[in-house]
Amino acid sequence: MAAFLLKRFLHGVIVLWVVATLTFILLRLAPGGPFDRERRLPPEVMANIEAKFHLDESFFQQYLRYVAGMLRGDFGPSYKYLDRGVKEIIADSLPTSAILGGLAMAFALAISLPAGIIAAYYRDTAIDRFCMFFATLGISVPHFIIGALLIWVVALQLGWLQAGRWDQWSSAALPTITLGAAPAAYLAALLRSTLIETLGEDFIRTARAKGVAERAVLLKHALRHSLIPLLTVIGPLTAALLTGSFVVEYVFAIPGMGRFFITAVTDRDYPLIMGVTLVYTVILVCANLLVDLLYGCVDPRIRTE
Amino acid sequence: MAVSILASEPSDNIGMVGSMPGTSRTFREPAALFSLGFVLVVCASALLVPWLSPYMAGGLEEKRILEAPSWVHWMGTDGLGRDLLTRVCYGARVSMTVGLGTAIIALIIGTTYGLISGFKGGNLDNLMMRIVDIFYGLPDMLIFILLSLLLGRNIFGLLLALGLVSWVRFARIARGQVLQAKEFLFVEGARAMGASRRRIIWRHILPNILGPILVTLTFSIPSAILAESTLSFIGLGINDPYSTWGTSWGTLAQDGWRAMRTYPHVIFFPAGAIFLTILSFNTLGNALRDLLDVKGR
Repeated sequence: MAAFLLKRFLHGVIVLWVVATLTFILLRLAPGGPFDRERRLPPEVMANIEAKFHLDESFFQQYLRYVAGMLRGDFGPSYKYLDRGVKEIIADSLPTSAILGGLAMAFALAISLPAGIIAAYYRDTAIDRFCMFFATLGISVPHFIIGALLIWVVALQLGWLQAGRWDQWSSAALPTITLGAAPAAYLAALLRSTLIETLGEDFIRTARAKGVAERAVLLKHALRHSLIPLLTVIGPLTAALLTGSFVVEYVFAIPGMGRFFITAVTDRDYPLIMGVTLVYTVILVCANLLVDLLYGCVDPRIRTE
Repeated sequence: MAVSILASEPSDNIGMVGSMPGTSRTFREPAALFSLGFVLVVCASALLVPWLSPYMAGGLEEKRILEAPSWVHWMGTDGLGRDLLTRVCYGARVSMTVGLGTAIIALIIGTTYGLISGFKGGNLDNLMMRIVDIFYGLPDMLIFILLSLLLGRNIFGLLLALGLVSWVRFARIARGQVLQAKEFLFVEGARAMGASRRRIIWRHILPNILGPILVTLTFSIPSAILAESTLSFIGLGINDPYSTWGTSWGTLAQDGWRAMRTYPHVIFFPAGAIFLTILSFNTLGNALRDLLDVKGR
């Protein structure tokens, strides 16, 4: 198990290094720079700026400087926010994004677990079709459309909540639903289909033959077995929440990391783009490690491998 | 029984549009036919809009700004007095081109990659799949955004960026299918009879893996449309105001978003077009999967 985890950990480190290098190359190749202006700055000023941010060094020197900084946990200065480093910006905005992501995840689980079980229990009835219709809707509606619709109905028409604020718990309600809808729909459909698949297994037939009530077969025997496949989606689910948070934070004007990423891209604030990209990659690598760990706990065969 | 595509493809992207596990019984023929009809109508109006619409794509009417839908302007007008229906139809050109184009680029790159990887096997296969794993684990949107910085924010740059990311799905499926097909007796027979590698791939393996590839293709189109519209909506997608190919549904929705408080119709119609198109393609994909009995392996 330890060897297995070590291997996965090293794999994660390699992924991180590949992403860092590729992003670095990509950003240096991209046309246009952060200090391009409509009116050209005097060459002396440009030279000063370039010297300050080490842009006058060779490509390779810059790369080495960047990697060295990264190893020290220093992401360098932001080109746009001159009073704050990339590290401070991330430290400020990451908790906001994490709260939103956690709430969305909780929302998705709270909706999908009952919905998936109910749909599987009443499979091929109107109830099942109703649940799965909503699941298809949930997967097909882009975040920004759900967000806009919620703002329009709940905030603008009904006036129940205010949109575009992030100062009390109630302001998290609409963003949470927006971000959690797609994962909820996806998980519900996945749970339903694994449950139905499991119900065809031999041990279920044995349980039924023993006279176990159908409800208990589903909730005790089948559900436990069906939760394992759900573990595998923790990785992609994290990726989906991260991606979704770009849009949701943009729509609801939440000061999270996703919104800083978008403005960093528009401003071509390269160190900030790099920093946020790396933090995202670290989160994903950790999520995947967690999946491996959980797998090891659940499935003894992996431990001995 | 419906076997989930995603149960066997655990790391499929969920934020993006994807195949729905096990909805086969939910949607029957009428839904699929209706979806096909809708997609055809969208394609037709995208192609024929210059002849069907009495308005020009950029035809401004200063006195008719932000008008609500009426018999003159079926979807109303936008902030510059342009007919919204005409704009949505032109937007369909961009969005559909991005959807289809991305899917085809991804299909070509991914299938070739997967075929080579699966057919060669060994160390090369290991290395190639490691690369795919790395790409697969990263959030698509992140890579799109980084790539579009390099490739530019016009339709071609975005198409390329989306294609360069979406191919991994095809690579995985093609490789899996090849590994399976390699074991088939008729492939072994063909090899025993001295058929060349090229002939085995083209005549024996490719026809057999066509089904899953086609299903993946159908699901890739809405994924690309969703990704493009999302990027354009947050202002990082297509932004090419001097080209007729510079306005997608996402750009239109972005325009409408700013005016949503007082003029909701400007966002309603483009958003509806995006949603219905994605829904239709997903429904079609599900129907196709059942029809071809693809188990998603």
